[in-house]
Amino acid sequence: MAGRTLMMHGNSACAEGAILAGCRFFAGYPITPSSEIAEYLSARLPAMGGTFIQMEDEIASIGAVIGASIGGVKAMTATSGPGFSLMQENIGFAAMAEIPCVVVNVQRGGPSTGLPTLPSQMDVMQSRWGAHGEHPIIVLTPSSASETLFLTIRAFNLAEKYRTPVILLTDEITAHLTEKVTIPEPESIQIIDREKPTVPPEEYLPYQMVESDIPPMANFGEGYRYHITGLAHDETGFPTNDSVKIDEQLRRLNRKIERYHDEIVELDTYWHEDMEIAVVCYGAPFRSALNAVRRARKDGTKAGILKLKTIWPFPDKELRELLQDVEKIVVPELNLGQVAFLLKCIAGDSAPIRKVNKINGEPITPDEIFEAIKEER
Amino acid sequence: MDYLFYLRKDKLPHIWCEGCGNGIVLKSLLRAIHSIGWDKDKIAVVSGIGCSSRTPGYLDFNTLHTTHGRAIAFATGLKLARPDLNVIVITGDGDATAIGGNHFIHAARRNIDLTVLVYNNYIYGMTGGQVSPTTPYGKYTTTSPYGNPEHPFDISGLAVAAGASFVARATTYHFAKLDKYIKLALQKKGFSVVEVLTPCPTSYGRKNKEGRGVDMLFLQKEIAIPLEKAKKLGARELEDKIVIGIFQDIEKEEYTQMYNRLREKIKSNH
Repeated sequence: MAGRTLMMHGNSACAEGAILAGCRFFAGYPITPSSEIAEYLSARLPAMGGTFIQMEDEIASIGAVIGASIGGVKAMTATSGPGFSLMQENIGFAAMAEIPCVVVNVQRGGPSTGLPTLPSQMDVMQSRWGAHGEHPIIVLTPSSASETLFLTIRAFNLAEKYRTPVILLTDEITAHLTEKVTIPEPESIQIIDREKPTVPPEEYLPYQMVESDIPPMANFGEGYRYHITGLAHDETGFPTNDSVKIDEQLRRLNRKIERYHDEIVELDTYWHEDMEIAVVCYGAPFRSALNAVRRARKDGTKAGILKLKTIWPFPDKELRELLQDVEKIVVPELNLGQVAFLLKCIAGDSAPIRKVNKINGEPITPDEIFEAIKEER
Repeated sequence: MDYLFYLRKDKLPHIWCEGCGNGIVLKSLLRAIHSIGWDKDKIAVVSGIGCSSRTPGYLDFNTLHTTHGRAIAFATGLKLARPDLNVIVITGDGDATAIGGNHFIHAARRNIDLTVLVYNNYIYGMTGGQVSPTTPYGKYTTTSPYGNPEHPFDISGLAVAAGASFVARATTYHFAKLDKYIKLALQKKGFSVVEVLTPCPTSYGRKNKEGRGVDMLFLQKEIAIPLEKAKKLGARELEDKIVIGIFQDIEKEEYTQMYNRLREKIKSNH
């Protein structure tokens, strides 16, 4: 792939990815360790005819992002734990009203003000269930600066395609580690834009029960004059108390992500063909896992890695398949086992799960994963 | 004029109670829009949560009913993305000055071209009549059963202090003034606020023995004092009165224009 190769950290790579994806609106509020994304875009966006605005808080930031997207401009915000908590209500609004947008959460240690600016992966469950109510969400987890760039582009594409908020769940290590990134030529990347209605305005149903479950979206100001609300609504977009219609819409809303599971889920495998011990990981701990598994392989231990790039929807059937013959599952996480818990639901008692957890702001070292791989049961 | 041209007929009748003033404000807004002659496709109405915020559902424009307190934040993003749209925010006293107070003052500070209509009925009507940031001292609500122990916000004063370019207050009784103020606010390039005092006979009126909707309208007439006259009166004479009029009308660079100028400047420097 042609393109410029340079040294950059994950947060800059995220900002570059957003620009390549067509993002032209950023609203945010300063918070460590995400602030470089805002700083980078505050310089780049106005120079390309886009908009950067620093809002009064994170609630306003996500609100402005949703408003811009309704106006037809691809929009993003970036934050960390405390700000991500504040954004949850409006993330739920975006899910309910089916407004494409991207929210970056550079995870730091929590709960509360927690550990600025040290890494964690404590928001795995919050990224899925932080907003109230049954709602769909897509969450992507990069583990390097380069992957951050490509997953940011993918986040926008998925948001546009499925009319949903997408969370880029990164972490302080991935965000601040400076490494080689090749910025692709714009022509070499696929960009997806939301499908717009083709029917005349009087026939437009913004939440139509279409075969794909993803109704076309009209931008404001383009002649469609429709209504958007966070209230339970019917196909027309207006509030309804009709239980049949509420059921129909809410099931479609959730189904539109579930049914495209195979297209949305991405995971990378390393040495998985003959692996007896699987290291299941995502984000920064993958980097230590790679070193540990290489060493284990040299020792003759048949270890492999399953790296999750999509964490929600959870790659349950992929993991069930890949883990069916393994003897042990090692799960390094910068939390107390949020993905390990999900793996337990999948693997049951077929293979023991060895958790490797750190919650003190320190990274998980290759040695710690290596020891967990080698440990006698 | 034909109001129905601007209304979604199939969404009527509205949900507001008998005697509620919200319909008066809605019609005043439509008269103002009609007299300016804006294209319906180029109008976006954004609201938060509450009785007032149900207004957009009846209007045949691009309408966005957001989360509680956040209408101005959503409208800021929309206006920046689409400066060609005339963006109107409809909100209430609780929505704009309690849960959404931060967005209200910061949008005023930025002077972004939004027109904010605050329906001030002194109460949280939709949730059953709880005390709000504008409930007068000592008044009764379902959560101030011994009389409100807090002092109210002066919404217009707040907007002026925060930097809005146009600020006016009217009541639903003074509908001609209301028409005029809304029209001026809509035409103002910058952040403009019209605070409208609108009766809530169901909750506020009942608790405070102010009678039915019509009685409350006459009470507005009785206690309203035009700004010019109020300037000559002392604090004691203004007690329990409502001052109506235009509190602010200044020329000041508008945010989306300023931002566009910034883009041009960056372009010419490269």
